[in-house]
Amino acid sequence: MAKVALPPDGHYDEMLGADGHCRPHYQPYGDWLNQTSVQTLNSKRRKADLLFHRVGITFNVYGEADGAERLIPFDAIPRIIPAGEWRVLEKGLLQRVTALNLFLHDIYHEQKILKAGLVPTEQVLSNVQYQAAMQGLDLPGGIYAHITGVDVIRNNDGNYYVLEDNLRTPSGVSYMLENRKMMMRLYPEAFSQQAVAPVEHYPNLLLDTLRSASRVDNPCVVVMTPGRFNSAYFEHAFLAQQMGVELVEGADLFVRDGHVFMRTTLGPKQVDVIYRRIDDGFLDPLAFRADSMIGVPGLLSVYRQGNVILANAIGTGVADDKSIYPYVDEMVRFYMDEEPLLANVPTYQCRKADELSYVLANMEQLVVKEVHGAGGYGMLIGPKATKAEIAEFRTLVKAKPEQYIAQPTLCLSSCPTFVDEGIAPRHIDLRPFVLSGRNGPQVVPGGLTRVALKAGSLVVNSSQGGGTKDTWVLEDESC
Amino acid sequence: MLSRTAAHLYWMARYMERAENLTRMLKVTQTFSLMPSSRSGRQEITAPLIITGAVEDFTERYGEPSMASVLRYFVFDDSHPGSIVSCIKAARENGHAVRGSVTSEVWESLNATYLEMRKWLKEGVDESEIETFFDFIMERSQLFLGAVSSTVLRNDVHRFITVGTVVERADNTARMLDVKYQVMKPLRKESDRATDYYHWGTLLRALSAFEAYHVVYGDQITAEQVAELLILRSDLPRSLRACVSALATILPQIEGSAGLTAKRLTAELDAALRYGDLEYCFANGLHEYLSEFLERIGAIAEAIHHAYLEVA
Repeated sequence: MAKVALPPDGHYDEMLGADGHCRPHYQPYGDWLNQTSVQTLNSKRRKADLLFHRVGITFNVYGEADGAERLIPFDAIPRIIPAGEWRVLEKGLLQRVTALNLFLHDIYHEQKILKAGLVPTEQVLSNVQYQAAMQGLDLPGGIYAHITGVDVIRNNDGNYYVLEDNLRTPSGVSYMLENRKMMMRLYPEAFSQQAVAPVEHYPNLLLDTLRSASRVDNPCVVVMTPGRFNSAYFEHAFLAQQMGVELVEGADLFVRDGHVFMRTTLGPKQVDVIYRRIDDGFLDPLAFRADSMIGVPGLLSVYRQGNVILANAIGTGVADDKSIYPYVDEMVRFYMDEEPLLANVPTYQCRKADELSYVLANMEQLVVKEVHGAGGYGMLIGPKATKAEIAEFRTLVKAKPEQYIAQPTLCLSSCPTFVDEGIAPRHIDLRPFVLSGRNGPQVVPGGLTRVALKAGSLVVNSSQGGGTKDTWVLEDESC
Repeated sequence: MLSRTAAHLYWMARYMERAENLTRMLKVTQTFSLMPSSRSGRQEITAPLIITGAVEDFTERYGEPSMASVLRYFVFDDSHPGSIVSCIKAARENGHAVRGSVTSEVWESLNATYLEMRKWLKEGVDESEIETFFDFIMERSQLFLGAVSSTVLRNDVHRFITVGTVVERADNTARMLDVKYQVMKPLRKESDRATDYYHWGTLLRALSAFEAYHVVYGDQITAEQVAELLILRSDLPRSLRACVSALATILPQIEGSAGLTAKRLTAELDAALRYGDLEYCFANGLHEYLSEFLERIGAIAEAIHHAYLEVA
């Protein structure tokens, strides 16, 4: 029989309350788990590994010698979110993404928020992610971030906090979909206990969102990938297939007479919406990095003429930069005249002298992050770091304080996870995906739950040994 | 369809078919290497090199051919693009690039083959197991074709896969017949029935045509009838006629009006086979006939490339 244990004192566990009893919304699953033997779980896990390998849901890790494909470990114990809790989370996500889109429209037009002095002008205009080419360009519906992945964690106070917004090319949604498929295949009986909100229609909503982004009737939508050696290639191909659109590489596209075309067996075909999974800098060698082999020469000029839609828009990175993050609350108040429903993690900006000295003095307790870093690289987790690592980071921060922010070490909540030692609590986060179309933003009930498989670890990134879980949002109001 | 997608589908199918054909070819070689050299076992070892036009490359790397070195070159040498291992890898890579366009069954068959092959290679395959390895490749190629046949929507995806398969297959049947005929020619005067039976029988088996021969002819195995079966019979799936006829049916079904040259060349070759007879095939010698066929199928492949796979 499978046994579930509490995390060390002071941590919030998704399944168990502090008294060690199963939380009500986990009760039906907990009962089912109690009746399931460890052997069964083990054999199903092997089956899942085999299936994932055969379907090819693997990812490439940058910097690994043989570029070998690795499997992101899949954990069979779901993260379950009760209906009431999700409703609050959902509202907060929609509000936040709306504010971020309004912010992007504003800074690329009148810059009211800068004039009001609420966000420091130099933080925006001299940000490397700020794209002057976007200035004054009107996008249909004023939508910049059509697809947003918001990283949310639950602290040991039981509240959700936004860790970061991903407004460029957020990935992971394919795991949300494949994990669900795998769970339903391996554990159909677990689903019969509770009404789990479906997520399978995400590709449909995504296609609607992309089509609604264009002014053209019946627009031609494509997914653009850097190529099959990209770490997220599986997802690019998966989404193109699920939406029934072409998956293109830069070399498949060309610009002629102010429009973008793709090379097909029937001859050139006009493209109206590009869901691009390639960074701004690589899109157009004529406008950005001249050495980009994966872009389309002339793409930016077509974009500026309004003859093609890019999703997400160019220059969205300025709004998910860690140096802008502390101001999202202000954005919600300024543009929407509402109080933020989702909390930010308190953030110290090292570019401010008083906050810098606090950070330098308290590094052992803080998480220090590079402003432009991503994927868990370029960060220091104070309580877990050695003295030498802290000293090294202190030098780095002193040299370029404006490059760093710091946050108190939040304790990510834990969820029972099936590891080699049996079932043990492991820390998790959550990335729900928000789609912003002409009819407003929406979010499918669920997301990607990432789990740090090492005991005590707070780093959930797949490139650093994280795994994933299926995320269940319950439809039943009673729990 | 994207031209790049069409190219990947076409090459995915060609490489998978090539892996299967290499296996068929090597099975013949292996059978003959066990024969006394008086019955031309020695020539059989070099036959795969002649068939694939690899004599020079091989000699440079391995020197004098032996059964072991020929097998290593054609099965395991991943620096040789014409080895089974390289073909399986290339088929899988092309499939990987279009996994969004093919069914999961097709992709999974390629991926599972590749992963399992890697396991085989890691553990090492010694000469006594080579038959099992050959059977594994044959089985996986059949699995791939089965997945294509039973799961892929009949649109241009299916058409480009099939075009790749039949072009490669026609090319291969012609080459295998040609080389076998050349090996046999100097031996024919001795009219040794056993040698005849053995050689032609093995070729038929390699092309899965042994039973078919007996059903069709119910007779002694003769060179002429083998040639007729493998060139002209429309009911033998690996015959030149069957392959070209399939190609002539599919090319006009591809959407759009491109590819006139490819379609015309194919229709001409189809007519030549449809209305040809043995006398026609042997008129200037079978070797000359087959060489011309290989040239023509090569020109068709080039025209297909130009029209569909590399659109400007």
